Amino acid sequence: MTKYRVNKTKHVDQTKTISFDFDGKSYHGFEGDTLASALLANGVHLVGRSFKYHRPRGIMSSGSEEPNAICQVNEDTDLTEPNVRATEIELYEGLKASSQNCWPSVKFDIGGINNFISPFIPAGFYYKTFMWPKSFWKKIYEPLIRWSAGLGKSPTKPDPELYDHKHVHCDVLIIGGGISGIIASKISAKNNLKTILIEDKNILGGSTIFQKNENYKINNKYSSEWLNEEIAELKKLDNLTIKTRTSLAAYHSYNYLLAKENISDHLPLEKRNGDIRQRLWKIRADKVIVATGAIERPLVFNNNDRPGIMLSNSVKKYLDFYGVSCGFNNVIFTNNDSAYETAVSFKEKGISVEIIDIRKKSNSKIVKNAEKLGVKIYWNSTIVNTLGHRKINSIEIMNLSEDGSNVVGDKKRIKCDCLAISGGWTPMVHMHTQSGGKLDFREIDQTFIPNEIDENHINVGSCNGDFELEDIIKNTNNKVKNFLKVSESEFDNTSVLNSKELDKRNIWLLPNFISEGKCKSFIDFQNDSTAKDIKLALREGFKSIEHVKRYTTTGMATDQGKLSNMHALGIIADTAGVKMGTLGTTTFRPPFTPLTFGSIVGRSVGKFFDTIRRTSIHEWHSQNNAKFENVGQWKRPWYYPINDEGLHDAVQRESKAARDSAGILDASTLGKIDIQGTDASEFLNRVYTNAWSKLGIGKCRYGLMLNEDGMVYDDGVTTRLGENHYLMTTTTGGAANVLSKLEDYLQTEWPELDVYLTSVTDHYSTASICGPNSKKILKKIFPDKDFSDDAFPHMSYQNGKIDEINCRIMRISFTGELSYEINIESKYGKSLWEKCIEAGKEFKITPYGTETMHLLRAEKGFIIVGQDTDGTMTPIDLQMDWIVSKKKYDFIGKRSLYRSDTIREDRKQLVGLLTDDPNEVLEEGAQIVSDINKKPIEMIGHVTSSYFSPNLNKSIALAVVKSGKKMNGQKLIVPMENKNINVIVSDSVFLDKENKRINA
Amino acid sequence: MKNKYSIFSLIKNAFSQHENWKQAWGDPEPKREYEAIIIGGGGHGLATAYYLAKKHNMRNIAVLEKGWIGGGNTGRNTTIIRSNYLWDASAGLYDHALKIWENLSQELNYNIMFSQRGVMNLAHNLQDVRDLKRRTHANRLNGIDAVWLNTNQVKEFCPIINTSPDIRYPILGGTLQRRAGTARHDAVAWGYARGADEMGVDIIQNCEVKGIKRNGDQVEGVETSKGFIKTNKIGVVAAGHSSVIANMAGLKLPLESKPLQALVSEPVKPIIDTVVMSNAVHAYVSQSDKGELVIGAGTDAYVSYTQRGSHDVVEGTLKAILELYPIFSRMKMLRQWGGIVDICPDASPIISKTNIKGLYFNCGWGTGGFKATPGSGDLFAHTIANDEPHKLNAAFNLNRFVSGDLVDEHGAAAVAH
Amino acid sequence: MFLINCPYCGERDQSEFSCGGEAHIIRPKQPTELSDDQWAEYLFMRKNIKGVQFERWNHAHGCRKWFNMVRDTKNDKIHAVYKMGEKPPVE
Repeated sequence: MTKYRVNKTKHVDQTKTISFDFDGKSYHGFEGDTLASALLANGVHLVGRSFKYHRPRGIMSSGSEEPNAICQVNEDTDLTEPNVRATEIELYEGLKASSQNCWPSVKFDIGGINNFISPFIPAGFYYKTFMWPKSFWKKIYEPLIRWSAGLGKSPTKPDPELYDHKHVHCDVLIIGGGISGIIASKISAKNNLKTILIEDKNILGGSTIFQKNENYKINNKYSSEWLNEEIAELKKLDNLTIKTRTSLAAYHSYNYLLAKENISDHLPLEKRNGDIRQRLWKIRADKVIVATGAIERPLVFNNNDRPGIMLSNSVKKYLDFYGVSCGFNNVIFTNNDSAYETAVSFKEKGISVEIIDIRKKSNSKIVKNAEKLGVKIYWNSTIVNTLGHRKINSIEIMNLSEDGSNVVGDKKRIKCDCLAISGGWTPMVHMHTQSGGKLDFREIDQTFIPNEIDENHINVGSCNGDFELEDIIKNTNNKVKNFLKVSESEFDNTSVLNSKELDKRNIWLLPNFISEGKCKSFIDFQNDSTAKDIKLALREGFKSIEHVKRYTTTGMATDQGKLSNMHALGIIADTAGVKMGTLGTTTFRPPFTPLTFGSIVGRSVGKFFDTIRRTSIHEWHSQNNAKFENVGQWKRPWYYPINDEGLHDAVQRESKAARDSAGILDASTLGKIDIQGTDASEFLNRVYTNAWSKLGIGKCRYGLMLNEDGMVYDDGVTTRLGENHYLMTTTTGGAANVLSKLEDYLQTEWPELDVYLTSVTDHYSTASICGPNSKKILKKIFPDKDFSDDAFPHMSYQNGKIDEINCRIMRISFTGELSYEINIESKYGKSLWEKCIEAGKEFKITPYGTETMHLLRAEKGFIIVGQDTDGTMTPIDLQMDWIVSKKKYDFIGKRSLYRSDTIREDRKQLVGLLTDDPNEVLEEGAQIVSDINKKPIEMIGHVTSSYFSPNLNKSIALAVVKSGKKMNGQKLIVPMENKNINVIVSDSVFLDKENKRINA
Repeated sequence: MKNKYSIFSLIKNAFSQHENWKQAWGDPEPKREYEAIIIGGGGHGLATAYYLAKKHNMRNIAVLEKGWIGGGNTGRNTTIIRSNYLWDASAGLYDHALKIWENLSQELNYNIMFSQRGVMNLAHNLQDVRDLKRRTHANRLNGIDAVWLNTNQVKEFCPIINTSPDIRYPILGGTLQRRAGTARHDAVAWGYARGADEMGVDIIQNCEVKGIKRNGDQVEGVETSKGFIKTNKIGVVAAGHSSVIANMAGLKLPLESKPLQALVSEPVKPIIDTVVMSNAVHAYVSQSDKGELVIGAGTDAYVSYTQRGSHDVVEGTLKAILELYPIFSRMKMLRQWGGIVDICPDASPIISKTNIKGLYFNCGWGTGGFKATPGSGDLFAHTIANDEPHKLNAAFNLNRFVSGDLVDEHGAAAVAH
Repeated sequence: MFLINCPYCGERDQSEFSCGGEAHIIRPKQPTELSDDQWAEYLFMRKNIKGVQFERWNHAHGCRKWFNMVRDTKNDKIHAVYKMGEKPPVE
């Protein structure tokens, strides 16, 4: 046992030794220790350097408010993590931790030079300098600033561990397993409410669990004893879930809360094995009881940041919970009674302690108790300086003037190796404000407390501003009963004995005999902002608390101002001469404590990042060497290389095959919407630009759909299956949006229409066979069917059967070739496909992918919505006037086509482009100009689709060009980085203008 | 005269414990009348006042701010600055701004830390490639520095990106604008405020506008929480609250105000030295000079003035971040927040006169207004001073929603076929 | 994260819904007879209210029904939901 481990406690098992490394040196601790308590037990206080001045810093607290003791854990492993608070790391065998932001070491840090130049680098100094000479900014100043910033190091390898999400509902969620949370949980669970209690530590009990003082008793027992019994009973309750190591991260509206459960961070590395590390609980609670407690405030005085200066209650926790004495010559500096409990604990263990109290007196029981134990108390005194470089070794104190605004009398020096400070308590109102709650300012102890109006959540215990044990128990009991509509509880007659604090005094910035400008009185320890920084900001006109915070960076460190916000506000109020309550607080933003990206994302990583949609024929494509393209969430075959073929060669081969003999495309991904109802025709009239009423049953028609702003939105072929029954196809990427848009119109604008829409995209698989031999192939598959042009003309559909399976055959074409599409229930998709391949064998049927499909349709000048259109093209711009009904009174987007700027003749219009050099293939996206010498250069359009056509043996392109309609035959230029390409505007139909192939 | 800021003034002031720094801007009570009033003390509003005073010699003007200056979207955005826009009008507007950014620290004598670390936009599907190439070609011809990078070049420029072809939406390339980058957002508001104040502009904080007074179709002044103030020129630069002010004047705007969220990680040593944006999977990330990863999330689809969005949006963004940067899984989110962004149907701003004389609007910047701050202020000042737009903002008028001549920067978002 | 009471399905998480913007903007019955200004008013101009707003929501990942909601955009409190075609509650 080390000499600082002075006490045996039930929370640390001193029979179980754990060895760990800190900054490359080996130490021992025990099971139950945190890294912080184990370091303190070894006498290590100096654990880090501050952000700006690189001042030596020690462990200050015992919880999530810790600003100084933040480490890199397990550096150089793939389980490393930066910026972890030593106070929150449960010690495990083999833990390796190191201090951050110092070089070469925490003991000797070059950056410490900043401390000496600190007079020249006050708050916001970088806004005032680094401007001259201008060229230095990018090369010297900025790299220097960036190099000095940052704390720990980001991992550089992928995370081997998993994260999980859990969705839960409950009647009552209780946040915080301290005394009030335990009382609330018991009342709730015993009243048949499904209750969840979460606690961020590994055990329940909060700070009462190590309370063993004569002055604080419940039902005549030490409060810790009483609480232990309560906890034991609590654990037996049925409808209560207790989650320890689980911290609330965010409290969103409608009682939606996020809590992070730590599952493996306390285990030795070799036991982790890539399992679940953290689980994010997504909780929807009917009622929420916040019992997050309070955080002790530091005091702000000159050099209040040395290693060995710690929060008083944390010093007590190290002593009574972990059995570690943080020093042997202790001084307590306080403005309130709670620190006297720390003094009593020290005294009872025979450890030296003295108290400096800024108050003039206090007559409470606990103070009397301390005095009786012989604790020397310096009343009405303050600390004006502390000494000791890597650890505090003495302090200098002076008396306060009557009004506390100044110091009087002589300096007295007191030796000490630990200074425990207490500036009172700040209720943790973060959860309350995150939920949208407001705060009231309470003058008497200068606290912001929740102003409750929300009927679905309450705050109890010290986070609600109750600091006396008796108040905590009585008020929690009453409030919870009221909230849960319970008439009586077992705590109604609990008797409480406690020392009551009677005298209060608070001074936000303690006075000094040295001028303020020469004092370093830290407010935000991690970010090194001091009282004088705040005053400088005020002098420079930064009046709002948000301005001061941003200018001085107060409250913006990894502890998010848990220890600093109140002092910043207090000093602003005092300096500006306004009441603190009128300043308001800064906004407390989620998360309460930093939350790993991994836990927020959960399982949605790697292959679960986004849904993958595959057609029923996917397996065949894979087996046949298809390369896939992502289209929305779908995987579509892009091309099917044979052997070492590249994209170009494969596409040339596939395209040629499709026109010379037969090709087959998996068209299953196109959106399919089944439309039924007596008004189905009228509905189509309203949503498409063309007319539908006269389409015969069994016929197909191409339709173009606009947005209400007149721009092309989607297209596809719709087939009339029956009098009141249509099957609409949409683009692959547009399917979901089209359906939702159609539903919108149907339900909200035209509820009088008798129409029902059903998405059947996933229900059918589609094989599309095209080419001069396609009819022969179809005939082989459907031998009984008459495929003559008279019996089965282009743009018509018939039912068919393969074996006993029904299918639909549409004679439609997106390639300009004779072409058929067969739709079949998805589960038969693959066998249909294989049948087609088999039947097509003698014609060398060639499977082709999206790239070839694009090329074939471009040869025919057919558009692809989203490639040849971009949300700014009307059908008129696309030279598709023929599809816009002049007769129809209205359709979606019609009115927009007649606005003054949509009827302009000089809009961009779809044209064909041919390169002077037939082998030159334009780049899709390339811009087009008519006069290359004009400055500034005027771009009149761009290339939307471009291919080398194997069937025409030349390069072809589609483009949109200003006034393109009138430009046929005109020469234009496509300027590339290294050359200008000469092109000529052509018709957008390059192949088979007479549409002969469709019936070939 | 204010203190000039420099290393020398810092050293000099150090010897008087920094007691003698002057106020960066004052805290005046409003006068009874101004030549012009700017409603909204964000970056755009303060810049407008600065250029009105500086370039148009209008010094008897005031900026009215409901809260504290720079407290809205100026202080809530992810500070990305770039000008690689598709359409000529947009490219003209944003590159005008970028050119001002390049000398702004010196002009304002306030280091706004403009960091030209480059902005990279990634392509994840074939249509992305077409769209980004189209934009890159347009940029090049418009004189904007933008280059296309193939996947290997993307990796070379930002080595921590996962460019494996096996991820769900592999990176197929990207564009890079090297002149683009980031700036310190608060400093922009503060620098302009200090500059405007020096030329006599009244910056009035905690002054909420309650009404717009009109005489027929001419504005006469504003009712505020600090009383009535007379003026016959009002420039509204109220971002998410533009519609609220418009309603006071009896106008409707083509805007919806929606929550946009962002987040930062805990600070770490430099790990990513550029700005990377991916529209397709929605992941924007850069690293602040303080070491925090700055991550832009998306907007919620509903109108809200709460400055809070839904958790799903943050989760969705971080999913995408981990897809592209799996090494960030153990990094921790330190802080998340929301702003209210005013979005136009064509995702382009409005810098325009209205049919009420003396009433001008600068709004609709949506998710991308920060980058335009200096240009927007300059052009809006021109529009107010001359009662007609500058040629660079002529296209961003209100009438485009009537005539149909939109500046549609959504681009080809659809992935069809 | 709102908890939305779909008039057809009951309370569901916000993630199941999508918002369709301001409600009770009726599509003109005779668009061709409107001026460009009037059409633009329908197409683009929005009240964008800070306060109580009537808006359209769709239970997109549920019953797919559209319905109306009354919500305060200042604090996101949902005051009421009602079916399409039903009279809006008086606010």
